[in-house]
Order: sequence, then C-alpha cells, then structure tokens
Amino acid sequence: MRAADSLPRVVIRPRSRWVPVNLRDLWEYRELLYFLTWRDVKVRYKQTLLGVAWAVLQPVLTMVVFSVFFGRLARIPSDNLPYPVFAFCGLLPWQMFSRALTDASMSLVQQERIIAKVYFPRLLVPISAVLASLVDFAVAFVLLIGMMLWYRIAPTPAAFTLPLFILLALATACGVSFWLSALAVQYRDVRFALSFLTQIWLFATPVVYPSSLVPTSLRPYYGLNPMSGVVEAFRWALLGKGQPPGPMLWVSVAVVAVMFVGGLLYFRRMESTFADVI
Amino acid sequence: MQRGGVSMSEVAIRVANLSKRYRIGLGAYGAFRYKTLRDVLTEVAYAPFRRLRGTSRREVRNPDSEHIWALKDVSLEVQQGEVLGIIGRNGAGKTTLLKILSRVTEPTSGYAEIRGRVGSLLEVGTGFHPELTGRENIYLNGAILGMKRAEIQRKFDEIVGFAELEKFIDTPVKRYSSGMYMRLAFSVAAHLESEILLVDEVLAVGDASFQKKCLGKMGDAAREGRTVLFVSHNMTAVRSLCSNCSLLEGGHLAFSGSVGECIDRYLSEFGGDNPSEVYTESLPRPSVVADTSLRILRVKLDTGNRQAMVRSAQPLVVEMGFRSSRPLADVVFGITVDSVDNIRILDCRSTDTFTPIRELLPGRYSIRCAIEQNILAPGLYRLSVGARCASKGLEYLPHVLTFEVQEVDRYESLWLEVPSGFVRVRSNWSSPEEA
Repeated sequence: MRAADSLPRVVIRPRSRWVPVNLRDLWEYRELLYFLTWRDVKVRYKQTLLGVAWAVLQPVLTMVVFSVFFGRLARIPSDNLPYPVFAFCGLLPWQMFSRALTDASMSLVQQERIIAKVYFPRLLVPISAVLASLVDFAVAFVLLIGMMLWYRIAPTPAAFTLPLFILLALATACGVSFWLSALAVQYRDVRFALSFLTQIWLFATPVVYPSSLVPTSLRPYYGLNPMSGVVEAFRWALLGKGQPPGPMLWVSVAVVAVMFVGGLLYFRRMESTFADVI
Repeated sequence: MQRGGVSMSEVAIRVANLSKRYRIGLGAYGAFRYKTLRDVLTEVAYAPFRRLRGTSRREVRNPDSEHIWALKDVSLEVQQGEVLGIIGRNGAGKTTLLKILSRVTEPTSGYAEIRGRVGSLLEVGTGFHPELTGRENIYLNGAILGMKRAEIQRKFDEIVGFAELEKFIDTPVKRYSSGMYMRLAFSVAAHLESEILLVDEVLAVGDASFQKKCLGKMGDAAREGRTVLFVSHNMTAVRSLCSNCSLLEGGHLAFSGSVGECIDRYLSEFGGDNPSEVYTESLPRPSVVADTSLRILRVKLDTGNRQAMVRSAQPLVVEMGFRSSRPLADVVFGITVDSVDNIRILDCRSTDTFTPIRELLPGRYSIRCAIEQNILAPGLYRLSVGARCASKGLEYLPHVLTFEVQEVDRYESLWLEVPSGFVRVRSNWSSPEEA
C-alpha cells in the first residue's frame, strides 16, 4: 500500500465548456491504445474465409474495375504510366484513409458497452481505429512493390518522405473522425453521411485521374483537400511522375491542423456526455 | 473486522453535494425522442434571445423535456481502509454514484475528491471480444480496467487459476459457457490492484459456488486494507463484508452509519416481497377442510416490521387470529415449516404446551406460537398453519407465508463460512490431542 501522499488525487466536478486534452491521462493509458489497436487488427479478419487476403483484394479489385472503366473505356490519362499501377498507387493511401475514417467515426458508437461502464480516455478509441488501418496498408503496400517490379518502375529517392505523407493522411483521418465520432454518439445520421462523404471525397482526390487534369483556376481550392496532396506525393515519390508537392501542401497541412485541433476540442467538450447519451 | 496494517484516518473518498440530472424525455406526451435537426435548429435560433435573458442553454426550460435527479446533494466521506456498503432500491442512485466516482459520467453539480487509484467493477467482462481467446481477452480486459501489461503478465497464472480455466485459455471466448465466461471476467477484475475498489452488484450473477468465490475475494480486498464501495442487494453479504453502510433513497442519502441499523431501515421500508402479515379469511381452502366452523382470519410473523424476515438469533413467533362459529371440542393447532423445496422441517403442535382445548366456544381469538431461536439456518422457508379437532381437520392453510431467516452472527467473519443444512445446532468439540 502506497503512502498517503504519493497517491494520485483526482477531483471530479462538472466541467466547463472547453476542456483541454489531458495529456497525462493519455500517457497513463498508452498501453491501452496498443491493446485496442491490436484487438481491432486481430478481429478484423477472424472467421473470414480469405483472412488477410482481403487487405489485398480490396485495392486489387477496385484497381481492376477502375482500369477497365476509367482507364480503358473512358480513356482517362494517367501521366504516361500504365493505368493499373497509376490507379493502385493512388488507391493505396486512399483506401487506408477511407477505412480509417469510416472505422474511427463509428468507433465510439460501436463500443458503447465499454464507454458506458469503464473510464479511460475516450480519445483512444478513434485513434486506435485509425492506427489499425495501417495494417491493411502495409499488406497492400507489399503488393504495390510487386506491381512496380512487374512494370519495371523504380521508386525515386523521394520515397523516403512517404512516412510523412502517411502521417498526414492519418492525421486527416483522426481530425475528421474526432468530429464525426463525437457527433455519431448523439446523431446516428453520421453513419449514412459517412458513405456519402467518402464517395464524394474519392472523386475530389486524384485517385482515378491525374491532378494535371485539374484546371489552374481551381487548383487553390483543390489544395484544400489534404488527401490530394498525399496521393500526388505518393505518385511522385514512388512512380516518379507528376509534380512534387508544392506550396499547396502547406495549405493542406494547415487545413489538417485546424481540423485536428478543432476536432480534439469538440471531442473533449462532448466527452462528458458520451456515457449518458450513447 | 480485522484489517492488516495500520488504518490511516485519511479520507479516501470525499463527496460533497453531488447531484446528477438526466434528461428523460424530449417529445410530446412525455415520450422519449432522440434529438433531431429540428430541435438543434430551434435551439440555435433561440440562442440570441436566451443570451439576452441571461439563461444558459442547459437551464432552458424546454417544455418538451423532462428531467429526473438520479442523485441529489449526496455527501459522504469514506476513510481509507473502510468498506462501505451502499444499499437502496433499484433506481435509488447507487449505480449512478459509482459511475460518477469511476469518472464514466459527469456530475451535474457538486464535487468529489478521490485519493488513490480506482478500480471499478460496474460489470464483469467489459470489453471482452468473443472472437479473441481467453488469454487475449485477459490482456485486453485488464488493459481496459487500467492494469499495465507487465502487471497482467505477472498475474496471468493466478488469474487463470482462480477462474479454473487452464485447459480452455486458448479457445475463443465465444465458445465458453456463460459460467466460464463469468469466472474469467470476474477473475481479471478481481486481480486489480487499486487502492480503491468500486463494486456494483457484479456478484449477483453466476451460480452459488461462483458467488462464494467472489465474496471471498472481496473479503481479501477488505483485509488488505483497501477502500471498498460495495453496492449490493444481498444483505447478508453486506452484513459480513462492510464496516459501514449508506442507504440511498430516490437519489438522496437517507441514512449513513452502522451496517445493522442501515439494513434494518432499508428492510423495514423496502426489503423483500414477503409481507409479515397475511389476511387469510377469503383465501381458498384445500378439500381436507370440512367446513367453516373455525376460520383463521390472519397469520402474522412477529418481526417488528412489515417484512417477513427474522434474524437467526430471534425466536420465530407466529400469531394467528381466528374465529369459531360453533362450540368445538379437543382442538389442536399446528404450524409447519417447509423449505422452498417442500421438505418438511418443523412440525409444531399446540399439544407441545397444553392438552387439546376441551371446549372452544364461538368467538374471536388469537393464539401465538413461539419457536426457539438459533434453530433454523439462514434461508427461505414456507409456513403452513392449521387446526383440527378430534374427528376432522378444521383449518389448513398450506404455505400461507414465506419468510426468510437471516444470519447475524458471523462465523469466521465471512458469509461463505456459514454451515449448510436446515437446522442449526451447537456442537461441542474437544481440542485435538496426541493420540
């Protein structure tokens, strides 16, 4: 039994509107983040016939469909790259982002049981869902390397900057999901809005088409979508085509930062009501 | 209650005017409705007007919504090492209090201060995922409850041993029976090493042997000097584990003090569904009752309150009021006590005390029967009463009253040490000698 003065002291009282992020709490529960992520990953493909193969099948099948309809039939240009690899390279970060966003936004609602019964920093729930998407990404990435070998395309040295862009994608997913997951607790509309949102977002991102297709007059607005910067950077770093990220990247980063911080604050503000409303 | 170590008179939990309000309805005719876009827009549209009037959004009297106070101005202090029982009816606010102290939900007003780490058992198996194995779930559940990975690793074998699941620990939990599930879930929670433990009726589930194990663990926690808040409906467990007790009634703290007094207060108002007095005049009689020449009008178990609960140290007193409509000869009264499985345990006749009543004139009477204390073991029993005269049965009311006998004296200070069987006797043992 610890001596009285070394015991942690917690005061519980109704909180005012805007609550800062409790970093000490998050640190205290860091192992739980690992376990929640590990659980999400482990459970993802349990009792499925194909198992982890789904992590590869999803981008591959999408790529095939896109190649047929957008590449061949609609003849969308692909920066002088074979359309399949062009599409796949864009699909990789996109599907990671889209999965992260969808899972994280519904994560609180899905785990209402533990949220209503045990205390732990609720922020860990959407964050763990976002981190779990990295696993699918890693598996599909191996396939991308395979495809690049097949098409004899060598990555550029800029490939070392990829982790930064992955981080940007994850940060975007986190930022948006902080808003959406907190909203989903109150309003179940979020689930329906999500599929709609991701579909629109897909077309706003240069996954299916190259960003060179976007007229210069619209470029500034285009930069507001952080994922367009991520996908462009993936293509530039791995396949050597397209523009290196320019000043638009800073706009993206700024957008993500605002989204992230805003999401954190909104989440923290609503956190105290989760157990009551969920 | 013996407790290891020095008990420090440090306050572990201090609660001051804690209140919690819930919104229970948002719609016409008091029906509950989730908040919709229309409600949000209405709130937003009226915001500038509210600001002018100086009321905040939370206090607006929305005519559509209803509020209840789950807790109102509850204040208490729990010393370090104290085991506080919290009792009350369903809906009194016990779980809400624990939820607030566990930081799961926030108080509407008031304040609580906690010194020490809190482990809360509001439910067992929180976070268990059916697809994961028992082993994996131990880690997951332990982490959710606040244990560090190294701690779980260290205690792993102990946890599995307590749950008696060595052979099944690597099977997915969805294949477990409900008993195995409960044992594992409780085992993880029982190995929490926090200074403060908040326990909410988790012991109510599971079979009798499991419950005994749980109580044993609770007893251990108490002996180690940990502070425990124990919410329960099991009065016997509360009596044996707790050093103090608080009674919650409709969100208010109705009483706080000694365990015995608290439980008595609770029982005299709300305990159990067994009334101590039954009016029997119009109850149907079995066919063995020939006519209505003698009618028992009421049967009462003398407990001092409205509930049919006697302490084992109390004599069992049965009072009957009856009337006779014509002269009767050689009347004998009797009561029998059966177990809930209809095993006859006691059979007492008025001839134990006096010979059959030679002549009973018409009139209204009452008669009492007292059975010695410390004979029946704790449990539920059924009382039957009857009367007969020389030639036939006059009255018979089978199982007219159900009553409970409660243990008061603590053997080895834990309920689970109470001997089994229906009858309590004093046995005399000699100390072991060298043979």
